[in-house]
Amino acid sequence: MSGYWDPHIERMPLKDLHALQEDRLKSIVRYVYDHSAFYRQRFKDAGVEPGDIKSLADVTKLPFTRKVDLRDTYPTGMFSAPKSQVVRYHVSSGTTGKPTVVGYTRGDIETWSESLARALTSIGLGRDDTIQVAYGYGLFTGGLGLHYGAERIGAAVLPIGTGSTERQIELMQDLGTTAIACTPSYFLHIMEVAEKMGVSIQEDTNLKAGIFGAEPWSIETRKRIEEGTGINAYDIYGTSEISGPLCTECMQQKGIHIWGDIFLTEVIDPKTGEPVDDGERGELVFTTLHKFALPLIRYRIGDLSVMTNEVCECGRTHPRILRIMGRTDDMLIIRGINVFPSQVESVLMKIPEVGDHWEIIVDRKGVLDMMTVKVELTEKGFSDKIGDLMRLKKKVSKELKGVLNIAAEVDLVEPGTIPRSMGKAKRVTDNRKV
Amino acid sequence: MAEIKQISLFVENRPGRTANVAKTLSDAGVNIRALTIAEAGDFGVIRMVVDNPEKGYDVLKENAFTVSMTDVLAVEMKDTPGGLYEIVNTLGESGVNVDYAYAFVTAKAEKAMLILRVDDIAKARDVLSKKGVKMATREEIQAI
Repeated sequence: MSGYWDPHIERMPLKDLHALQEDRLKSIVRYVYDHSAFYRQRFKDAGVEPGDIKSLADVTKLPFTRKVDLRDTYPTGMFSAPKSQVVRYHVSSGTTGKPTVVGYTRGDIETWSESLARALTSIGLGRDDTIQVAYGYGLFTGGLGLHYGAERIGAAVLPIGTGSTERQIELMQDLGTTAIACTPSYFLHIMEVAEKMGVSIQEDTNLKAGIFGAEPWSIETRKRIEEGTGINAYDIYGTSEISGPLCTECMQQKGIHIWGDIFLTEVIDPKTGEPVDDGERGELVFTTLHKFALPLIRYRIGDLSVMTNEVCECGRTHPRILRIMGRTDDMLIIRGINVFPSQVESVLMKIPEVGDHWEIIVDRKGVLDMMTVKVELTEKGFSDKIGDLMRLKKKVSKELKGVLNIAAEVDLVEPGTIPRSMGKAKRVTDNRKV
Repeated sequence: MAEIKQISLFVENRPGRTANVAKTLSDAGVNIRALTIAEAGDFGVIRMVVDNPEKGYDVLKENAFTVSMTDVLAVEMKDTPGGLYEIVNTLGESGVNVDYAYAFVTAKAEKAMLILRVDDIAKARDVLSKKGVKMATREEIQAI
């Protein structure tokens, strides 16, 4: 079992944690009201004043904020700190719209690093480890975020960034990398390239842990990675709006610890905005309790998950969210039925004849939406009898239908033909948009 | 041993894929004796008998094709009416199922060659030998 980075905070009795959250909630609400014209106006529109927030439960009196608010106030209209206090910007890629800019004070960077230091310690990493950061460096939060967190715990950081996959594997061997941080899809690609190079990650490297995130991934993918390499694969969570990657699972792998001293997390019904019960699925809403350049109040991040307040077996008292099942932005509506790419992934990864990479293509034929799922045939899955291949296609299609409730055409393609990504994988091509 | 090695490949139904296969083998100096393509819409399976199956398999694999080796029988067939019937009837009566078959005629031989994939290769070889049917060996295929 691993130790704690900050046992006082991480194991804080719930009563004390709630008291701390309440104090911080009151202060941050007062702070944004005093420092941000955007929030002042929002609060006025909602008929709420900082003085109305007397307890944690009062958080529901506050209005929601959304990604669109960050876009509308591009670049820095939602910031609460003056420019003199901002020490860094990150900018989202803007693939789904205008880019969004986030900013940090020196203290915000400090909080971010501390958060990751706790997380990395909770998966058993420390000063003896070498952490290969294969997330993108630069405007994306993944690279620098992990970098600061890893340095904070005294680990040796290999700031390699994305790409040059063969070099990743060589350096992993030469420097004895013990943990790697990247997107799960990129790690699957690293596994594939290692195999081609004749390198067994299990036998020929010291890798013991992977920190995977920035895109949703399923338990089944975790199984493939862990069984294929002998490492432990941990889920990491965070988006640029709330700083970047911040929180991970602990060694129990039973949900991501969302540090309560820096976030107030709510789970709401995305339709009504009302809170759901503990353990029920809903949309995550974060209030950043200890972030000052760009504090977010009741930010609807769009990720769907389940939260539990049960104290974890590891002794950490902070709430946990279970695997992100998808982002509302990623949801496809096909013939009126909601489909999350993560559901498709979890089905495919259970089928050994199907490779690690896949693609969803949505077309409209006449008035009908058609979904095609492209999968690569593995060596194991290849039979030179056409009947066997047709049966495999049918099997995949049937399993998809069982979970998604809609029929999908399955295309078997040759291994290596679906594009590999170094960062966030692009799994969906929707040709319906005119 | 009377069975020979056939190379099978999974290929997407895209222009140029079969040409890539042919070029890869040609560059390696591997000669194709017989070939068949079974297609099923967006993909197909190429099956072939070549003079050097191990080399053919290796170069295709190196070039990232999805390839496998399968044991098949190369049965000599009289190039006259009833030649095929004699063989498949023998197998059928013995309860051996033919998964697929394809035939070719060689320049030198006055006999046609039938490539057979069956569900029970040992039994097929046995019943065909008893009937006096000749099956080509690997060396014979190589020497064609």
